[in-house]
Order: sequence, then structure tokens, then C-alpha cells
Amino acid sequence: MNRLLLNKAILMFSTLSAVIGLGFLLWILVTLSYKGIMSLHWSTFTHDLVEGGIRNLLVGQFTMALMASAIAVPIGMLAGIYLREYSNNGRLAAVMRNLSDVMMSAPSIVIGVFVFALLVDPFGGYNGWAGIVALAIMMIPIIISTTDNMLSLVPQELREAGMALGGSKHKIILQVVVKAAKVGITTGVLLSFARIIGETAPLLFTSANNQFFTMDLTEQFPSLTVSIYNLATYPDEASRELAWAASFVLTMVVLLINLMGRFITRSKK
Amino acid sequence: MGGKLFRNFSFLSATLSFFILIGIFAVLFTYAQEALHEFGIDFLYSDSWEVDEDDEGGLFGGWIPIVGTLLSTLIAMAIAIPLAMGIAIFLTEIAHETLVKPVSIAIELLAAIPSIIYGMWGLFYFAPIVQSTVGGDGVGLLTAGIVLAIMIIPFMAAITRDAMNTVPPVLKESAYAMGATTYEVVKDVVMPYAKGGIIGSIILALGRALGETMAVAFLIGSVMKIPDRITDPTTSIPVLLANNFAEAQDLEISAMYYLALILFVVSFALISLAKFYFFGRKSV
Repeated sequence: MNRLLLNKAILMFSTLSAVIGLGFLLWILVTLSYKGIMSLHWSTFTHDLVEGGIRNLLVGQFTMALMASAIAVPIGMLAGIYLREYSNNGRLAAVMRNLSDVMMSAPSIVIGVFVFALLVDPFGGYNGWAGIVALAIMMIPIIISTTDNMLSLVPQELREAGMALGGSKHKIILQVVVKAAKVGITTGVLLSFARIIGETAPLLFTSANNQFFTMDLTEQFPSLTVSIYNLATYPDEASRELAWAASFVLTMVVLLINLMGRFITRSKK
Repeated sequence: MGGKLFRNFSFLSATLSFFILIGIFAVLFTYAQEALHEFGIDFLYSDSWEVDEDDEGGLFGGWIPIVGTLLSTLIAMAIAIPLAMGIAIFLTEIAHETLVKPVSIAIELLAAIPSIIYGMWGLFYFAPIVQSTVGGDGVGLLTAGIVLAIMIIPFMAAITRDAMNTVPPVLKESAYAMGATTYEVVKDVVMPYAKGGIIGSIILALGRALGETMAVAFLIGSVMKIPDRITDPTTSIPVLLANNFAEAQDLEISAMYYLALILFVVSFALISLAKFYFFGRKSV
């Protein structure tokens, strides 16, 4: 019974793959939590990097990610609305969708290099705005694709009902269609926020890093992820511990936002 | 009136992706001019990376980072493809209904962890294991490749699972009714039906592995040398950019832009291939 044996072997391999996948998740989370919690003190949150804490880094990372969202969410949503509601799904829309997907997969380090040439080199130094633009470029295609997909789930009847009431097209889109897709789009925004707040490569030579607390976006801007990269490679134990603490906080933030996004969709359904 | 304005704004936003992509290409191409002019196509297979201290020039070639990128990606794909397929088969054909949801969520969370965390975890927890079992310095091609694999597995598994889920149950049921085993159903019904999506997911993961920076930066060793053994340290295009771009000047930075251009063009080509050829018009 050779084929039954082969079947059994493949099934076992598949199950084993899933176990390995879950095993790594568990391994990473357990070691990260252990190292992170051991290195985390209350003072880690109240001091800036220069005094061995991550306060300025957290504020800086959130500021850049939030500002990037403020740019990317409206642009991405408008683009998604165009693709789904205005373009009649023709050839042009297909090309635009594909280009947006290509942009979504562009290597993040290349986006960093691009923004360096555009916003750092000509202005004579690293600055927070460059970091924000780099993150926004990463975020826009994700928002486009979510908006596009979520609007496609809105039943055609809703649009027709709006038209029957004499609503103008943009009023129907904004007050009926987008409203109906609100939950899905919110989830997409949260997931993409979770994605960009953990990005390092696009920030390395755009915002770079700052040891001090600052809100001035025209100078080097503090970044949690860039700091982790620097701290982890320092030889002294204190820097490494801070890197673990920062990594733990970052991962918790990312996973919590992620779960929150999923929870919203689930509870609505 | 507001309607027209709104429509125009959404059209402008939709064209932005196009302009950003063109912009990236144009900027990289312009800044790479000096190196393109100096080294031409020979850049691709020259393994020298030396700055002349006196005349701001030097001899630069992309061979070492190109080979490092390709080899680390190759190792990652060799490990990731079978495991990701296994996970997708487990989720679609084997797992009990109550298991599918939690395992799916866990796999997706694994995909959500920032790459810098993989890098750091790999450096402090995984590299020592590689060192004690296979030898070498701990950091090197093999460690980078394995951690890269762990990173792309969830991404590949999720898309493959989605592709396998599109197979109509009737097809599978009729094969089962003929006495086919689960493996035979997967091999002869599911795989052929979902072929496009599966190959597409592999290509997208390949693009991701080629461009991955942070996980590899911690683990590949960042040494400008062709590796003799699989455990040797080397470097890759993204890692070289991450570590040396900021300090480079003149011809060297132009060579860096050249490398970025190569990476951008290759991933652009791969993703276009995946999109147009394997996924058809459907968006992923």
C-alpha cells in the first residue's frame, strides 16, 4: 500500500510544517517577552535615549507613523474610491491597480534611498519630514488596495438606492458606499499602521535618529526601530538590554494594533 | 461642483502610484549616472569595492552583494517553499475546523512581526545555534537564509492558502469519492487548479526576500567577500545600502544608487511577472 504510506508521509509533513511555524512564533515571542520584561523598568518610559530610556523614541516613532497616515489615508482612500467607483473598471483601472501592487512590493530600502535623494540630500541633512514621506509611500498602496477591495463588497443595490433618492454621485460615495465599507477600511488602516510603525529600512537615512526629545520635523528625528538597530550592535550590556526592551514594546504595539484591527471586523460580523 | 472636484482629486490620487514609480526609477537612474558611465554593465560582475582616497574615485562592482543577495534568497526559498506549502495544505485539507482559525491568526501574526525583531532574535538566539551545530561564526549566509525563510513562510503560506481555498469543493469531493487519498487530491486537483496563485505567491515571496533589509543586516555578517562555505559571512544589496549608504560620497554613492536601481528593476520585473502572468487581472 505504497500510496497510502506516501499520503501519510505528506500529511505528517504538512502537520509538522504548521507545528514548526507555530513553534517559531512561540519561540520568538517567549524569548522576546523574557528578555524584554527583564530589561524593562518604569524609568525606560520616562527617560530619553540619551539617559537610557525610550520616551523620545516612542513619541518620535508614533509621530512619524501618525503623520504618514495623515498623508497616506486620504490619498489612498481617494485613489481606491476612484478605482472602484469612477473608473468603470476599464483598462486604465487595471493598470493603476497593478502599478499600486508593484509599489506595495517595492523594497523598503529602495524607498529610503529614493526619499534620501529627494528630501535629505537637497536640504542638507536628515529630517523628520523625509521619514514621514518614506513611510507614507509605503502605506499608500496598502490603503489603496484595502479601500478598493472593501468598496467592491458593498452591494450595488445601495448605490442604486442612493441614486433613486436623487443623490449626486460623490454624495452617494461618501455618505452611502464608504459608510457601508467603514469597518473594513478601518481594519485596513489599522493593519497598515501596524506595518509601517515597525519599519526600519526606510528610516535609516531619511529621519535617521536622535538621542534627544524633539518635535522639530526639520531636524534628525528620534526613531524606535533605528535605535534598536544601533543599540543591538553596541557591545555593552546596557545598550543591548535597552534594545530588547524597545523590541518588546514595539512588538506588543504592532501585535495589539493588529489584533484590534481583526477584532473590529469580527465583532461587526 | 463639489462632485467634479472630488472626482478630480480621486483621479489625481489614483495616478500617484504611477508617478512615484516613475519618480523612483528616474531618481535612481539619474544619481547612478556617474557609476553607470564609469563602469557600464561590467559593474554587475566586478567584485572590487575600493575607494581611492586621493582622487574621490575608486573601483566599484556589484558582484559580491549581488551574489550574496541571490544566495541568501535561494537558501530562504529552498526552506520556505516546502514548509509554506505544508502549512497551506494543513490549513485547507487536514486541520479540524476548530483549529483553522487560531492557526491562521497565529501564522498571520508571525507575518506581522517587524523584520528588525527577526533580525535581533536571530542574532542572539538563532546564530549561536547555527554556530554550534553547523560551525562557522554564527552570522553568515546560512543563518541569514534560514531566518529569512522563517520571515517569508507566513506570507507565502497565507497567499497559497487563499489560492487553495478557491478550489470548488465539488472537484475535491469527486476525487475523494473515486478513492483518492488527501495527497492525491492535493497533487492532482488542488495544485493544478490553484497553480497560478501558488506560483504567484512564490514569486511575491521571492521579491520580498530579495529586498529584505533588517533581518538580513543583523545576520549576514556584512563582509565584502564572496563566501567560500555556506556558513561564511558576506553581504547583500539591501544590507550594503543600509550600512554604508549614509557615509558614501561621490563615485561610491553613485555605485550605491546603481545597486538600488538593480534591486528596484529586478523586484519590479518579478512582481509584474507575478501579477500579469500568474494572478491574471485579479488583485492579490
